[in-house]
Amino acid sequence: MRRPSARGAGYALLALLALSALAAASLLVGVGDLRDAEILAVSRVPRTLALILAGAGMAVAGVIMQLVAQNRFVEPSTAGTADSATLGMLLVTLLAPDAPVVVKMLAAAATALAGTALFLRVLRAMPLRERLTVPLVGIMLGGVVGAASTFIAYRTDMLQFLGTWQAGDVSTVLRGRYELLWLSAVLTFLAYAMADRITIAGLGRDASVNLGLDYRRVVALAIALVASITAVTIATAGTIPFVGLVVPNLVSLVAGDTLRRSLPLVAGAGAGLLLLCDVLGRLIRYPFEIPVGTVMGVVGGGLFLVLLLRRDAGRA
Amino acid sequence: MIETQDLTRRYGDTVVVDGVSLRLPARSFVSIIGANGAGKSSLLSMVSRLLPASAGRAFVDGLDVAATPGDVLARRLGILRQENGIAARVTIRDLVAFGRYPHAKGRLTAADRAHVADALAFLDLEPLADRFLDEVSGGQRQRAHIAMVLAQDTDCILLDEPLNNLDMRHAAGMMGLLRRAVDERGRTIVAVLHDINFASCYSDRIVAMRDGKVVAVGPPEEIVTEAVLREVYGIEVEVVLVRGYRTVFFYR
Repeated sequence: MRRPSARGAGYALLALLALSALAAASLLVGVGDLRDAEILAVSRVPRTLALILAGAGMAVAGVIMQLVAQNRFVEPSTAGTADSATLGMLLVTLLAPDAPVVVKMLAAAATALAGTALFLRVLRAMPLRERLTVPLVGIMLGGVVGAASTFIAYRTDMLQFLGTWQAGDVSTVLRGRYELLWLSAVLTFLAYAMADRITIAGLGRDASVNLGLDYRRVVALAIALVASITAVTIATAGTIPFVGLVVPNLVSLVAGDTLRRSLPLVAGAGAGLLLLCDVLGRLIRYPFEIPVGTVMGVVGGGLFLVLLLRRDAGRA
Repeated sequence: MIETQDLTRRYGDTVVVDGVSLRLPARSFVSIIGANGAGKSSLLSMVSRLLPASAGRAFVDGLDVAATPGDVLARRLGILRQENGIAARVTIRDLVAFGRYPHAKGRLTAADRAHVADALAFLDLEPLADRFLDEVSGGQRQRAHIAMVLAQDTDCILLDEPLNNLDMRHAAGMMGLLRRAVDERGRTIVAVLHDINFASCYSDRIVAMRDGKVVAVGPPEEIVTEAVLREVYGIEVEVVLVRGYRTVFFYR
């Protein structure tokens, strides 16, 4: 463990520096006058923290999902998790419109867990698990769930609400409206406590059983973490695509999947990428804004394409 | 020691392992041979608790594998099935270190590290230790998995086709290593083998299976004979002595 840990420390330092620079940029960029301390405290700091927490959380959720499904192309938005969480938000908002946001988030976490479990169940039943069919199955599953949400929202005049959960946007994040995201940080630390077990699960069921793990329990706990992180993020910032896909793949290339070492990098890089996308979104049409989910879609999609071609060229 | 009592596995009406009762002594190398579909892998999977038995029981060091907690068994029994390819991208050193998980639960002590270093050295993997699993050849990956199971430091080791994907040189090297693990370290190794000549040259005992049943058990002198092999594989073969080892010619 000598060389990778030394290398890991180097990357971690670099990531920390980049992250600080991006956080500073996120604090400085915007229309308001920074001499007004109120703007910093009420808007910029919460927004920056929200980006860091959501980015880190989604990247961590992505890498857990990839190890558990043993597929590099899944993440909450390609495994039915995000769409199921959105459906949960919609249903609870319809049934109990006055429920506190924590309750709504719990409902979203429950449906997200059900959707992800269904995805893994479908996967296990598939005779041939080709690399690319796995995310396709997840995307289709998400599509079906998403269609149900749209139908319900259309009939109940809730399409506008649906839009806020489906599109990632942090422009409305203010003090008092993002704090739930700290839960995502707690969940990320929980994932870190399970790092070895999740990595072993990523080696497959046989290896897990051999090493004395209760494989089903580890998988269940892991997807519970993924579902909760996704639900928290969607409840506060909406669906943020690609972070969970691109970041774990990039980190895996340089530092591998031994989560005890790579998880801090995954979290840091996820936060950094989301910060970068949001700052870009604020600058491109200054003084107007492009939602971070949209920028992420373009940047992440591009990165993903590069990664896909690289991986295919690099190995059989 | 490994023992099975009437171990049976059914899929619907099909019986793939049919009432197998075996006692395999400690500190020996046991090969399981038989045609495709004879039930070798299913038998091994049931003993290693990867597959629940339809009936019967299996014991490792006297512990019922179906009733013993997984982490207790993981300190007595190491298992390795055919590699399935896609797995987490970890370094060989990390993979081998995970072999210590049943003992260390993630906090490696100096003794654990010594086991890891020893297993890496035993399989000649030190120069590759910091390479990722997907950056090495199939044979090297196979050796890394074996090293993990050795680092686990269990009395019994079950291997399903450990020679898969290995060329002649590496296959012979692997069998030599496994033999040394029995002779020098007192391990009990049970391996499903397809190459009858490897089984003949390296085993203390061979279990021959056909249609889910054990046809014969014994040392190579008793199993590697024209009569037994005809019964097991249903083909005519010629057994010749080469340097004192019973060798099977069946190529044409």
